[in-house]
Amino acid sequence: MNRTMADSDSEEAAVLDNTDLTSPESENNMINTMVERETALLKKIDINVAESEKRSGKNTVNMQETYTVYLIEIRPANAAEGGLPVGDSPWRRYSEFELLRTYLLVTYPFVVIPPLPEKRAEFVWHKLSADNLDPDFVERRRLGLENFLIRVASHSVLSKDKIFYQFLTEEKGWREAVLETGFQDKADSRLKSLSATLRVKNPDKSFTDLKQYSDELNSAISHLLRVRAKVADRMYGVYKVHGNYGRIFSEWSAIEKEMGDGLQSAGHHMDTHSASVDDILEEEEHYADQLKEYLFYTDALRSVCRKHELIQYELEMAVLDLASKKQQREELTTGAVRVFSLKGMSSKLFGQESPEQRESRLAALQQSIQASEDAVLDKNQECREFMRMSWEEVKRFKEQKDRELREALISYAIMQISMCKKGIQVWSNAKECFNKM
Amino acid sequence: MIVGAPRGLQPVNGTTHPLSAVQETLSPVPDVTASCHIPNSSSSSSGGGGGDKEVVLTNGKPIETSSPASASSLLNRLQLDDDLEADTLDLYASTETRDLFVTVDDPKKHVSTMETYITYRVSTKTSRIEFDLPEYNLRRRYQDFDWLRMKLEDSQPTHLIPPLPEKFVMKGVVDRFSEEFVETRMKALDKFLKRVADHPVLSFNPHLNAFLTAKDLNKRQGLALLTKVGESVKQAAGGYKLRARPPEYCVMGEYLDTFNQKLGTMDRIAQRILKEQTEYLVELREYGSVYAGWAGSEDALTRPLEGVAGCVSTCCGAMEDLSEGMSQELLPVLREYVLYIESMKNVLKKRDQSQAEYEGRLEAAVIRKQEEKTPVPVEVEKCQDRVECFNADLKADWERWQSNKRQDFRQLLTSMADKNINYFEKCQSAWESLVSQLQDDQAENTNETNCD
Repeated sequence: MNRTMADSDSEEAAVLDNTDLTSPESENNMINTMVERETALLKKIDINVAESEKRSGKNTVNMQETYTVYLIEIRPANAAEGGLPVGDSPWRRYSEFELLRTYLLVTYPFVVIPPLPEKRAEFVWHKLSADNLDPDFVERRRLGLENFLIRVASHSVLSKDKIFYQFLTEEKGWREAVLETGFQDKADSRLKSLSATLRVKNPDKSFTDLKQYSDELNSAISHLLRVRAKVADRMYGVYKVHGNYGRIFSEWSAIEKEMGDGLQSAGHHMDTHSASVDDILEEEEHYADQLKEYLFYTDALRSVCRKHELIQYELEMAVLDLASKKQQREELTTGAVRVFSLKGMSSKLFGQESPEQRESRLAALQQSIQASEDAVLDKNQECREFMRMSWEEVKRFKEQKDRELREALISYAIMQISMCKKGIQVWSNAKECFNKM
Repeated sequence: MIVGAPRGLQPVNGTTHPLSAVQETLSPVPDVTASCHIPNSSSSSSGGGGGDKEVVLTNGKPIETSSPASASSLLNRLQLDDDLEADTLDLYASTETRDLFVTVDDPKKHVSTMETYITYRVSTKTSRIEFDLPEYNLRRRYQDFDWLRMKLEDSQPTHLIPPLPEKFVMKGVVDRFSEEFVETRMKALDKFLKRVADHPVLSFNPHLNAFLTAKDLNKRQGLALLTKVGESVKQAAGGYKLRARPPEYCVMGEYLDTFNQKLGTMDRIAQRILKEQTEYLVELREYGSVYAGWAGSEDALTRPLEGVAGCVSTCCGAMEDLSEGMSQELLPVLREYVLYIESMKNVLKKRDQSQAEYEGRLEAAVIRKQEEKTPVPVEVEKCQDRVECFNADLKADWERWQSNKRQDFRQLLTSMADKNINYFEKCQSAWESLVSQLQDDQAENTNETNCD
């Protein structure tokens, strides 16, 4: 098992190069919108979340629980059916996916990290189960997890991550490996983040706009999903009540002579119509899942914005720190006290310090200033780097979002057309029966 | 009404054809060429209900032809087959040429100091001798229709009178002057009048004539033109109990009860569907507006999102049309037939009473005959005639009603199917044009990318 496979390809060194898509690639995108471009990783392997299974075990508080695990299967790309799997084909549960994602979030803060499928079933319409162990929910989650892995594998930066590759291939030891990276220490504390958000003075305008956009997108999609669930409920009701026609026509046909046959067959068509709504709504869930993915993507966008704010804030703090130290130096050298300071006060009260004392203080301050200047330079550099890299990322994300959501809307429209055709068919059949009455 | 020989039927063997006797009594009508086709169905049974094809009474006596009621009802029985093959576009045309056309339209509101009410224009076109002019146009209000129906019921108790739309509406619940209400009521009044005009016996009723022609319906005094049959049936005393109802009328009664029940269920289902559709519509409208709102914060996705919002909006409109159509067409007909059933049950009851009276009198007469050696009084014979008349009229009307019912429901349900098809077609077309528009946009974008 070649652990360094992911980063051995030097062609992908220009990490963030967002080249325009060439014609065959764009065609590829039409077919499979999820794989934006072929990374080195995906050129070598196919990723598949093949199965799910229920397991039972003791959890961290020593309680018995039932949970679902998912099988990750890696096969060589372009191999014939039955190519030998690469790696251990590990079984992973949802919480392990979460751990992986958190690791990626911390390690690559400038990347818009793909989201996981929802933790709990939300925006359900009444007939849909909200139970995490429900087979339909598990199945949709399986697809969502596979989608997540493929997205990570298609990302030019993320695909090279060793921990990610280990996640795909190593059953044992992955957890230890990821914890060993110490990513949890690198994680910015919530408090720090929040404080930065509130106190940063000059966030970059593009990031402020991005934050606002992601809030708007989040709000729009949540609203849409909520209303869609209600629409689904109502549509279900309309279709199901038509089933009553089936019953009444059947009963009525029993007391009629010439009208009987026509009524009876029409009744069957009404039953068919009523039953058709189940398939229609099941298909629509797929559309809802696509929307949900982008809803969760807004969290990733906000995460990037927050990181920018944090770095910017740290830069601002460093600049302020440098300025205050320079100020102090000025005071020491000129003796002028422009700003109230305890030192100044105490020297007034208790007498001036000796020149030797002042000299040593100046020297210390000078060193401190030097360090501060370096810190500012570093922070500035970090800030600029982050902005550059993350902005490339955001551009890539935006293009992906526009393309994929457009596709999703087209599929949705096609679903509606199919639903209408079914409706026309059933009522035309019923009409024929009525004509024979 | 043409009184030529019936077409498409087997000639009746044996007894004198009653129609030949009838020919003299009814006024001759100009011989208008029949423009209809001759039914080629060889089954002379009008299907269902065992239509009697005997042209004589069960006791072998020829039917009295002096009463227009019985003669026309015979005619009616013999020409029933035609209805089945009738042009489905015009429910009320029998294949013989009609010479009486009535229409109810043009509702207008009248405001007076005492009350506000609606009148409708009643237009008549006819070539019948009973009418002085070939055309009439006057205005009538619901009260007048109600009067007419009451008079018809009184004067033709052996016949099934078509129902009127509901008389009373709950003030505050239904707006009596709303366009929808007036429209629905007017259509029902039109149907009522057409059915009466189409009925071989009722259409000759003098009260109908008055309704269609008189400037001022003198409702209080009424017209003293009750027929013999009407009078005699009116005099039928209560208190006679029916011994045994012939099975055919039991069957009718059972059918009516069951059918009534089914209609009630259908009405409830239809209303439930309308309710669900309305609630669906509410959510759908919000759904469309969310897409429109989202479009505002996008740029590349603005067109697709607005497109979807537009389609959803179109679907809302289509659903509105569907619901309106259903509520205006389906529900009134269901209710009309419930009223029809009530009417028919009344007729059955009256028939029972008539039979009961006859049997009662007969029994009394027989006893007296045994005791006093007197012959059976004419009174009893008249009763017998009445019963037999009644039975004949009722059976004829039953057949007619069954046939009309079949046509009405065939048309109604077909129309309901059409409306639903129309709804889906509108939606499909909206989504299809969106898909092609979006796919064109996509192709454009790809080309641009390729050219870079």
